[in-house]
Amino acid sequence: MRYLFRTQYQQDIALWRHNGDRFWYGLLALAVLLAPAVLGEFYIGELGGVFIFAIAGVGLMLLVGYTGLISLGHAAFLGIGAYVNAVLLAQGVPFLITLPVAGIFTALCGAAIGRPTLRMSGLYLAIATLAFGSIVGTVFQKWTAVTGGFDGFAVPTPYIFGIGIEGATGIYYISLVVLVLVLLVSANLLRSPTGRAMVAIRDSEVSAQSMGIHLARYKTLAFAISAGVTGLAGALFAHYVRYLAPDAFDVLLSVQFLTIVFVGGLGSLRGAILGAMFVRLLPQFIAVVRDDLPFGIGRLPGLEPSLFGLSLVLVILFQPAGLNGMWLKAKQWFQAFPFKRQTSFRRQKSYARSERLR
Amino acid sequence: MIMFQADEISVRFGGIRAVDSVSFNVHKGEVFSIIGPNGAGKTTIFNLISRIYSSTSGKLIFEGKDFTRTPAWQIASLGIARTFQNIELFPNATLLENLLIGRHCHSRVGIVSELGFLPSVRKAELRHREKVEDIIAFLGLERYRDSLIANLPYGVRKVVELGRALCVEPKLLLLDEPSSGLNVEETEGMGFWIEDIKKDLGITVIMVEHDMALVNQVSDRVMALNYGKVIAMGTPQAVQSHPEVVKAYLGGEVESAA
Repeated sequence: MRYLFRTQYQQDIALWRHNGDRFWYGLLALAVLLAPAVLGEFYIGELGGVFIFAIAGVGLMLLVGYTGLISLGHAAFLGIGAYVNAVLLAQGVPFLITLPVAGIFTALCGAAIGRPTLRMSGLYLAIATLAFGSIVGTVFQKWTAVTGGFDGFAVPTPYIFGIGIEGATGIYYISLVVLVLVLLVSANLLRSPTGRAMVAIRDSEVSAQSMGIHLARYKTLAFAISAGVTGLAGALFAHYVRYLAPDAFDVLLSVQFLTIVFVGGLGSLRGAILGAMFVRLLPQFIAVVRDDLPFGIGRLPGLEPSLFGLSLVLVILFQPAGLNGMWLKAKQWFQAFPFKRQTSFRRQKSYARSERLR
Repeated sequence: MIMFQADEISVRFGGIRAVDSVSFNVHKGEVFSIIGPNGAGKTTIFNLISRIYSSTSGKLIFEGKDFTRTPAWQIASLGIARTFQNIELFPNATLLENLLIGRHCHSRVGIVSELGFLPSVRKAELRHREKVEDIIAFLGLERYRDSLIANLPYGVRKVVELGRALCVEPKLLLLDEPSSGLNVEETEGMGFWIEDIKKDLGITVIMVEHDMALVNQVSDRVMALNYGKVIAMGTPQAVQSHPEVVKAYLGGEVESAA
């Protein structure tokens, strides 16, 4: 078992805790960089989709998992990012400009929805964001002059320094770069005062306020950053699907994003990535094993949604920390081998509950 | 020297006058205790000072500055920190993170430099970390540094909350029932820390407390409240033997109580 002996405060704020981290993440980086050389076109395309959903998942994780605010309207942010990027590209603006502009514009939209919903939480916030999502969806449908409505919008091929980003491999690499940048920026945010302020708001608003945290400012900021990151994912999503249709950004997509966050494990960036893998790869997995399942289960209609629902219920019941929790448990099991005990992972029950001032 | 002044503050919730034109001064460097039966309005006074509630009338003055209408989130940067009766820590964060949140009002870095974790942020973080370590050493919390608050026993959490308030580097510290839920030994420890906070750190303390032994041990002056009104003020002994106070606690007529 590894015991970290810290001798400098630097070690507390470092991104990598020890050389083991550097080694394994380096190996992972090498693997994802070389994957297109080994895997076929189909798998690279699917992995690209995982990356894009992971970016959106990280965005929503910052809001739900770290600030404790819920959103059922993140599909709208994805759509805004996608349309802004596609429309600007069609105007001839270079991709290296449209991508950040899509993110920034979506962030502003996020701040605009964050501001009036400041006093809401829980169900009320969920309903407000749901309404926002459906309004934006209607705008996509009706504003035909810009979005093309139900005729759809063909997304032009992006170029970076004259090199066209085409095919599964191009999308794979650009999504990978954006995902790594988003992860880096999020990790930086979470280890600085703003990230801690977000966690403070999640855990106790009244004492956050007493510690000098301006609730309105940080909640709006959290909404803006979360939306902005999702907007970046949207810009990439536009190239992933290549043809934008307004009904792609409906509430079901928002629910999928929430599934990423919950199944992945609230309050962990790694969880957002694991959750995205789950949400994107489960349908593919079903498609592969469908024909081999006994008793004709594979031919039942609605197999996919029911498996999603089932896994969400199972995770909430038995594994509230999500896939990330499973990962940590597995890691601890190996580190402590052979000394794992039944009670090792049981959380201490606490009987002191605080009354909240509302 | 008068550091804090409450001037005829009142607050009403519907028809109830929770605090009814209460005035008191707190001198620099003293421990000022507020006692009174349940529902006397002690915690309400704290919530008024930390601006969670707005007073219906009256003035609050800190170091000569009127802060009756200052928003709640600016109170910490004035130099006023508080603890809560029922512990309001951030349970899903580590002790270290909790104390660092206490440093929030001292952070001056912009969001863009935070996103890039620029050297300025790094430097500020290390400075905060050092300050936090001082507090950890002061309160002897070293062994819990990386524990989640949710996994800590109640007595330790109480100390962590005190530590988080100290991380604000306050001039005035509001302690809301620092001994509630603690056993005799822990209460004694709390008493020593309050004395140290006053003597070594030179912080002025206003304390709401039920434990009279603790009140006697640390307070310079005591104010007794009942039904939102001040009924006695003075040295701990004088207040406790004040007939109105005896009546408030034991009920009935003064003669029968004595």
